[in-house]
Amino acid sequence: MAYGYDISHLLSASVLVFSFLLLFQGRMFGLLNMFVMQAVCLSLTVASQAHFQNAPHLYVTAAIALFFKAGIIPYSLRRIIIRLGIYRDIETIFGVGLTLVVGVALTCLAIMTVMPLAHAQELSAREDLAFALSVILMGMLMMITRKNAISQIVGFMSLENGLVLAATGVRGMPLVVEFSVAFSILIAFFVFGLFVFRIRESFDSVEIHVMEQYRGEKQ
Amino acid sequence: MNLLEIFLWMIPLLLLIGGVGLLAHKTATWYRGVYGATGLVCLFGLVVGVAGLVAEQPPLELVLPLGLPWSHAHFRLDHLTAFFMVVVNLGGAAASLFAMGYGLHEPHPRRILPLYPCFLAAMNLVLVVDDAYSFLLAWECMSLTSWGLVLVEHRIASNRQAAFLYLSMAGFGTMMLLFLFGVLAGQAGDFSFAAFRLNSAGNVNGFLVLFLVLLGAGSKAGLFPLHVWLPLAHPAAPSHVSALMSGVMTKVAVYAALRIIFDLNAHVQWQWSVPVLIIAGITAFIGVLYAIMQHDIKRLLAYHTVENIGIIFLGIGLAMAFRANHQFVGASVAITAALLHTLNHSLFKSLLFLGSGAVLHATGERDIEKLGGLIHRMPVTAFFFLVGSAAISALPPLNGFVSEWLIFQAMMVSPHLPQPLMKFLIPCVGALLALAAALAAACFVKAFGVTFLGRPRSPQAAQAVETDGFSLSAMAVLATLCILIGIFPVTVVDLLQPVSQLLVGVHLPPHSGELAPFTLLPFGSEGSSYDGFLIMLFMLVASTLTAWSVKRFACGVTKRGDAWDCGQPDPSPMTQYTAGSFSQPIRRVFGSVWFYAREKVDMPLPGETRAASFKVTMLDPAWEGLIAPLGQGIGWLSERFNVLHFLSIRQYLFLVFTTLILFLLMVAQWS
Repeated sequence: MAYGYDISHLLSASVLVFSFLLLFQGRMFGLLNMFVMQAVCLSLTVASQAHFQNAPHLYVTAAIALFFKAGIIPYSLRRIIIRLGIYRDIETIFGVGLTLVVGVALTCLAIMTVMPLAHAQELSAREDLAFALSVILMGMLMMITRKNAISQIVGFMSLENGLVLAATGVRGMPLVVEFSVAFSILIAFFVFGLFVFRIRESFDSVEIHVMEQYRGEKQ
Repeated sequence: MNLLEIFLWMIPLLLLIGGVGLLAHKTATWYRGVYGATGLVCLFGLVVGVAGLVAEQPPLELVLPLGLPWSHAHFRLDHLTAFFMVVVNLGGAAASLFAMGYGLHEPHPRRILPLYPCFLAAMNLVLVVDDAYSFLLAWECMSLTSWGLVLVEHRIASNRQAAFLYLSMAGFGTMMLLFLFGVLAGQAGDFSFAAFRLNSAGNVNGFLVLFLVLLGAGSKAGLFPLHVWLPLAHPAAPSHVSALMSGVMTKVAVYAALRIIFDLNAHVQWQWSVPVLIIAGITAFIGVLYAIMQHDIKRLLAYHTVENIGIIFLGIGLAMAFRANHQFVGASVAITAALLHTLNHSLFKSLLFLGSGAVLHATGERDIEKLGGLIHRMPVTAFFFLVGSAAISALPPLNGFVSEWLIFQAMMVSPHLPQPLMKFLIPCVGALLALAAALAAACFVKAFGVTFLGRPRSPQAAQAVETDGFSLSAMAVLATLCILIGIFPVTVVDLLQPVSQLLVGVHLPPHSGELAPFTLLPFGSEGSSYDGFLIMLFMLVASTLTAWSVKRFACGVTKRGDAWDCGQPDPSPMTQYTAGSFSQPIRRVFGSVWFYAREKVDMPLPGETRAASFKVTMLDPAWEGLIAPLGQGIGWLSERFNVLHFLSIRQYLFLVFTTLILFLLMVAQWS
């Protein structure tokens, strides 16, 4: 189908666009909203892949992504934010502008890396991989540049979105891998959430640099 | 079932005995049962080994669905394997027989029981495996079980240090072997030995392989300067395990070296023999120098293992040089000598370690300065120890002489080699070997004389009692074999010829025995010859005649006087000649250069009441020059990297992130 390639291309590109928006966002709820939008885009991408690849099990993956990433996880994070009362602006290590420039550079690097590599694959899979790698790198960038524990969780989750994007772009991805990835993400989320509360109890803050002062080893 | 399949059953059987050892009760019956069963299985392996050595058949091969799923475990039994099966299982059987008596007296026998059969199983497994993965697995099992045995008395701090050093060196050696197999496998990545045999590594990679063999197998065998762990770890184990480690495990390392140098990496260049010869010569020489300075009997024996490994590798180096130059008779003589010395050393080193174990049990002392006069208290042990001492000192008609004589015979034909370097190097190394042999004799005059002769230097030595029957019979078997191989070397040399054929492509002609049935003629009837039987006959006749004539023509009455008396009855045994005084001249000649030995005399002035003192300080060149700086370097690096333990989460993530970006940039650059 001629338009199939265009549609999936558009959708996976929009996942990348939301990654940029995540980097740009300065407020907690805005961040969560962007994350929800990214998860919706991701699930649409996976669904379209399921349709065009004739791989019905990918619908399950799409449903998992929609349910957890766009539903439960953002909702729980929102509750955490409200309970902890951290609505204020997110501090970044260096300015938003510079972060976005680094993001663009990372996208270029991802394209340069993947494009010559996967020439045996079909076109859409190749570009999907490039998008996915960019999303992964940008998730890591977000984890590094944000000082707040909640935004680091969001960065990690968006990194995982990139992984799912990479996995579904290629044909023949078994369902069991999807399940295990989804499961491990959920576990990771629980652990993160628990830690955030514990940290808050112990240190009265979720700002990371506050915790560093309490580390016994650091002289 | 063929021989290989029969032999392979030994491994689970030994492991099973190890499992039984884990459950053993604290009774002599259980200990004897476990050691006896191990000994029986070893005897069985010995029979299989001899059968494999005499059988004229192509190598037996077997593939079992074990190990990695995509490359099964390959096994192979050829003549080289069969020969080393004989060495390993002979030593194993003797040590087990000894342990049936000695093992009961150990302070913690149940710590040894589970590991001991597993150690033997691992050593046997190394010999038969035929792919790199199984080889490394078996090799590492061998290291780990022996490490556990070194740690049996783990409450003694020096044992823990020795075990730690051993474990680090064993890990290093295995890593080198891992790299080695990587080089041999090359791009194809097939890790079965059969594939290695087909590949040709080429000149550069071939030399790399040789270098890695010297590091990997050499560190296990005890080549200078990687021997530092050996004199610490071998004596720390219980004596029957020391006998196995020194007499047998070092031979498994020799097996690995032979297998890799001559079989897997077959295109030997003459240049490769140069480092082997130099290292082997230095190892032989410095090993015996170390030994002569030692007063701890087990450590002394362990240093002699270093020396003998040097001699064996000298034979290997000579065989490489001759084979690369297509001088096959020389190569065959050299490799036969190396193999024979491997067998001989396993016999007399096991014998001596068992003897030292008997002394240790009887007196509780390893320091020979506190022994003495044991020949009266333990006459049978003393006799067997004397046989072992004479054998390791290469005195005819014992077995040590035959193999060292064969090595010298191979050196005699080295002027036929075309390279001037070899013409110069081999006589130099030969001189080192001759010096080492002479010093070894001196060292064992010291070891035997101070331990067994004279008057007891401590109450423990004065009250020693002869050891038990099992221990004595184990020593008797080994001593008899030492004498038999010395008297009838022809039989053994002929048995070794299939191995020589396998390794260097030729074999010596069988001895027809037309002129004299027991004469060893390595270069045919024109070359030099050695007849151990004749020499023994001459020695027997001459000594009997002398003894008879002394009795007949001199005073006929046997008189017994006090030992070390010299006409001045002195009540203190400390006035006797000591091990320290025996080795002092040699220490002054060689030690000041090699060990930076310094003597410090502190003599009180007249009128002062303090005691005079005499101190000797020595430095170990391998330790000071290589191991200690290496350890300091690693410590320094770890200090620098210690900062990494105290980063924040974001900094750790940043490290991961930048590494990933770096790799991606490399991929983008290269593709």
